[in-house]
Amino acid sequence: MRYHTPQTFEDAARIAAAAQGVTRFLAGGTDVLVQMRAGMVQPDDLIDLKHIPGTQDIARTEDGGWRIGIAVPGIALGGHEALCADWPGVVEGMELVGSTQIQGRATLAGNLCNGSPAADSVPGLITAGAVVEITGPAGTRTLPVEDVPQGPGRTALKPGELVSAIILPPRGDYGGDCYLRFIPRTEMDIAVVGCAVNLRLKGGVIAEARVALGAVAPTVMLVPEAAAAIVGTALDAAAEEALAQAATAAAKPISDKRGTAEFRREVAGVLAKRAARIAFARAKGDTA
Amino acid sequence: MSKIHVTTKVNGDPVEFLADPRETLLDCLRDRLGLTGSKEGCGTGDCGACSVILDGRLVCSCLVLGVEAQGKAVETIEGMAQGEDLHPLQRKFIEHAALQCGFCTPGILVAAKALLETNPDPTETEVRYWLAGNLCRCTGYDKIIRAVMDAAAELRGEAA
Repeated sequence: MRYHTPQTFEDAARIAAAAQGVTRFLAGGTDVLVQMRAGMVQPDDLIDLKHIPGTQDIARTEDGGWRIGIAVPGIALGGHEALCADWPGVVEGMELVGSTQIQGRATLAGNLCNGSPAADSVPGLITAGAVVEITGPAGTRTLPVEDVPQGPGRTALKPGELVSAIILPPRGDYGGDCYLRFIPRTEMDIAVVGCAVNLRLKGGVIAEARVALGAVAPTVMLVPEAAAAIVGTALDAAAEEALAQAATAAAKPISDKRGTAEFRREVAGVLAKRAARIAFARAKGDTA
Repeated sequence: MSKIHVTTKVNGDPVEFLADPRETLLDCLRDRLGLTGSKEGCGTGDCGACSVILDGRLVCSCLVLGVEAQGKAVETIEGMAQGEDLHPLQRKFIEHAALQCGFCTPGILVAAKALLETNPDPTETEVRYWLAGNLCRCTGYDKIIRAVMDAAAELRGEAA
């Protein structure tokens, strides 16, 4: 195995594009090293991205959003007050990933590129309207986070391409987001169902909303019809019920050891309601 | 397979070793540097027995490559006692009988030390969540939690 430590994303993309065998990028390593250990993946070229300037940084963008480096671990997101104030739903999703030790290494970019339908940080990124900056042999492009996962373990990244930053939009006024997941214990587990809601209020009424579900389809998915169910409402009981029904209807889960399809559909609706309530409260300025 | 020369700092001491790039930091600590206090329980980041502090962050050394330690500072269980003087956490673990087979203990001590450095006055719930990535199959955890809480009180200068 060749171990590379490029100083720029362009160099990293060049190394990946020229590589003949199995290539993996290394940021936090909490998936890659486990796969190597299990013998599932034996890279010929391992490209460590942490020597690239900016990969450990959380920075304000010019428009008031955030640019998050691809090697920023969960614990650094949780420790960043201004980011947590803007996007609590994004941060709380990432903070549900693994133990304290895993939080010391695991990254948003890795959680996204690992391609798990149950990735806890991805629904929040999607509802926030986050985009990834992708660097590849042909240059740099951006892609909405919801367009990255293509199936379990598969992404829209082409050979030689890699995520070079995660970009969150400006929070703006009267906005709130939330991520909830169901697991049969209090932590250290994989989502049976996950749901993120991001919304913006205008005059006490929901003016914009995005709802995403995890672990109920081959990819984390945006559910526009669930968002439509609450836009124009003040999240009254009827709106909550319509939201829950839309989330349940959109869920296309499988039955496995974590839960049956029927259970997952039901829980998708319940979580959507609860996440929407919290996002609504946060949008009103509650800090819960 | 050519090895890579790694220069790093372990428990304050500059060290160097030659690592195969596939070797974990845990294997480098144990096999290259003879620091066998960090244990391998699972090798996949689930059990926490290999916990070390890397540049101030608690990590599983089985999920870090040895070559990634280049230029960094690693703190292991071997750096916890000052000569013959045990760290208060170590003393409290003995007092509370917070270990039986002892395999998980180095990782738990390192993890607990990392907690108390950032949060000197944790609640029991905070201790339990912080240590959720450290598995112990002997004690049932209660004695561990009591030992950590007691050590935290002592470190804060409160009489237990």
